[in-house]
Amino acid sequence: MKLAFDIFTVFAVSAGALFFLAGTVGLIRFPDSLTRLHALTKVDNLGLGLIVLGLLPQANGVFGALKLVSIWLLVQLSGAIVTQLIAGAVRQRGPQQ
Amino acid sequence: MASFLFGAAGFVLTMVALGLFVILQRPAEVDHMMAAQLLGTGGVAILVLLAAATETPPIVDVALLLALFAAFAAVAFVRSASGSKSESQETASGR
Repeated sequence: MKLAFDIFTVFAVSAGALFFLAGTVGLIRFPDSLTRLHALTKVDNLGLGLIVLGLLPQANGVFGALKLVSIWLLVQLSGAIVTQLIAGAVRQRGPQQ
Repeated sequence: MASFLFGAAGFVLTMVALGLFVILQRPAEVDHMMAAQLLGTGGVAILVLLAAATETPPIVDVALLLALFAAFAAVAFVRSASGSKSESQETASGR
């Protein structure tokens, strides 16, 4: 059983790390601020979600797992709100490089 | 398992550092705010991985605080960036 959990952890954490790679590539390659914001927030939140999912079997007890999930939820909510706020600021100032 | 988690944390750290380096080269202030957000999300991922790798649960609390402060930083930036215009609108609307 422990082996199955460990394999699950390896797969999910690897997938999450790949999403961080994709986010960084997007950040480097995308041409303007709004598309970079897109790459940054969506992809990184998904990567964090996968990493948290992968670490759930390694967490100590139900409360440790709940704490991890609530951290992910906080990042998810604040990421969604902050993206809208920053995009609004970009739009207000007009298109910058 | 611990060495794999350390490796994953190192990989995410490399990605975040690369992203930060590229973003900070850019002139626009919005990009600098994005760098802070990237450090928030990536930092939480790194700290959570480290907490599992070293079996030190209190590191998860640090991750929680980092997530909270990243959100506060972005809100403070947007308030200062939207500047005098929205401030005057707020005072005009009787706040």
